[in-house]
Amino acid sequence: MIRHSPLSRALQILMGLFLLFLYGPTITILILSFQGPQGGLTFPLKDASLHWFASLFEVQRVGDFGGSLKRSLILAVLVMFVNVLIAVPAGMALRKGFRGARTLFWLTIASLIVPSILVSLGIGLLFSQTGLGTSWYTSAFGAHLTWTLPFGVLIMIGVFARLNPAYEEAAVDAGATRWQTFRHVTFPIILPNVVGVMLFGFSLSYDEMPRTVLAGGAYNTLPLEIYAMTNNVTTPVLYALGSLTTLVSFAVIATALVLMSIARRRTGGGAALSKPSEET
Amino acid sequence: MPNKDVELVSLTKRFGASTAVNAIDLQIAEASYCCLLGPSGCGKSTTLRMIAGHEDASSGDILVQGRQVTHQPPSQRGTAMMFQSYALFPHLDARDNVAFSLRMRGIGKAERNRKAQELLELVEMQDYLSRRPHELSGGQQQRVALARALVNEPSVLLLDEPLSALDPFLRIRMREELKRFQRDLGITFIHVTHSQDEALALGDQVVVMQSGEIRQSGTAREVFETPANEFVARFIGGHNILVSDRGPVSVRADHLRLAPGAAPVPAEARALTGTVGAVEYQGSRVRVTVAEDAADRRHVAELEDRAFFAAPYALGAQVQLSWMPADEHPLAAAGG
Repeated sequence: MIRHSPLSRALQILMGLFLLFLYGPTITILILSFQGPQGGLTFPLKDASLHWFASLFEVQRVGDFGGSLKRSLILAVLVMFVNVLIAVPAGMALRKGFRGARTLFWLTIASLIVPSILVSLGIGLLFSQTGLGTSWYTSAFGAHLTWTLPFGVLIMIGVFARLNPAYEEAAVDAGATRWQTFRHVTFPIILPNVVGVMLFGFSLSYDEMPRTVLAGGAYNTLPLEIYAMTNNVTTPVLYALGSLTTLVSFAVIATALVLMSIARRRTGGGAALSKPSEET
Repeated sequence: MPNKDVELVSLTKRFGASTAVNAIDLQIAEASYCCLLGPSGCGKSTTLRMIAGHEDASSGDILVQGRQVTHQPPSQRGTAMMFQSYALFPHLDARDNVAFSLRMRGIGKAERNRKAQELLELVEMQDYLSRRPHELSGGQQQRVALARALVNEPSVLLLDEPLSALDPFLRIRMREELKRFQRDLGITFIHVTHSQDEALALGDQVVVMQSGEIRQSGTAREVFETPANEFVARFIGGHNILVSDRGPVSVRADHLRLAPGAAPVPAEARALTGTVGAVEYQGSRVRVTVAEDAADRRHVAELEDRAFFAAPYALGAQVQLSWMPADEHPLAAAGG
């Protein structure tokens, strides 16, 4: 039995408080979204009901919930695919090294530090000034990629750094072409991480707000719609909306985790991604 | 050497300003077991990888069975490589690992499975066809890796530290197996190792490398009994570098004799005096380290256990080390 020091006990309490701080509001919203028809925005709960979930889908009462959810989901899926389609080859290129690779790497990191509202403003201005016009599927799509790509590329750099090049050499030794090597060896081995990057891309886009504000165009994405509603909706329908969108997020994460664990089981618990000691 | 499986001519590898392999020449006889031996960073793995085609040669030539392959892709050289820690494809089972090359060449499933099964039978792994690498032990992984490397019937098999991933017991067993496969298949094995034991046990030819150069190449017995220079003598182990009137010589540790400080030594023997600095019991032998009185040097005498325990030496005892001139082997000054 390990004896816990007072410090570790204190840290445990701190962690508990942090988790409560993190999930407490969400849980409160979840409970209050089952408020009865007569109930208000705060406790007490007057009869549990699904009343507010039902009214979510009545367009005129709460704004365009269905439309904004659809836009956000399409956008998030698009970002998820484009993000991974760029991040994987970028990771491979940076692993191999090329002229200016370091500069590109630091520019990638730096883009995470640029205030997001400025990115949004810049992209919004660019699209409106060039006459292209801003919309959720053009300018906001680009703005989302500026947010998801650095993460995607960073993750892939880490993945490729741990990938033992001997697997690919073994494939080349066996006569595989470059494409066959990628298709039959590299990709299956990194697949769990690719799923991770997709999950990241999806969730970063799905709840992205500051970069969408000035680049989103006429139609709101879900986070913008919810933000707008907090100003003019005064019923628990807001909570029902919060509960539903949280549910979507959890469903996506759960799906991704299941896919990752399936992919990982196929490659033996990720043991493949570890470099043996260097030897000349 | 009448028939050579591999010939390296002035083979050089430079990485930027540093030279990893410096103009080495080497000939490896047909159907032989050749060990490239040396410390970390001596260029042995780089040499192997150049033969395999996974590293481009900066200059020089590589010939496999008389054919110039220096600029051929790895799969066109008649070589196959078994990687350090095997690099079996983790997402494929044993059969698909072995059949991988055939699949890449577009050979049909029935045909490639038949061939893979045949090879896995050869390495006695036919009962593990559908196991993934992580479900196999180190020794089993090595056998699958061997089968995978043999699938294209290479004339030269290149092994990069093949035993380093195994525990000591298994290492000796798999070592025997490698030698047996080499003999049965009648092809050349080139085996990179930093272990002297491994090289001596396996090599028909032992090539000792240091700083990108070959310090000695010969049969295992030649290298052990007549090390060419001080580096080889020290690296191969079991030798003492001593000074005689012929200059620096090596004398095998088991040819050194130990006597109490005042005892007379035979007239023709050479001797020095020293203090016992360490005694290591090693089972059938006892290693006695003696610090020389006249110089800051330590020498090791290996005594048969019975001889040692009949008249043991304590730490700090004054002793006399002696050896017969016939046991001296003169060393070239080079090396280091």
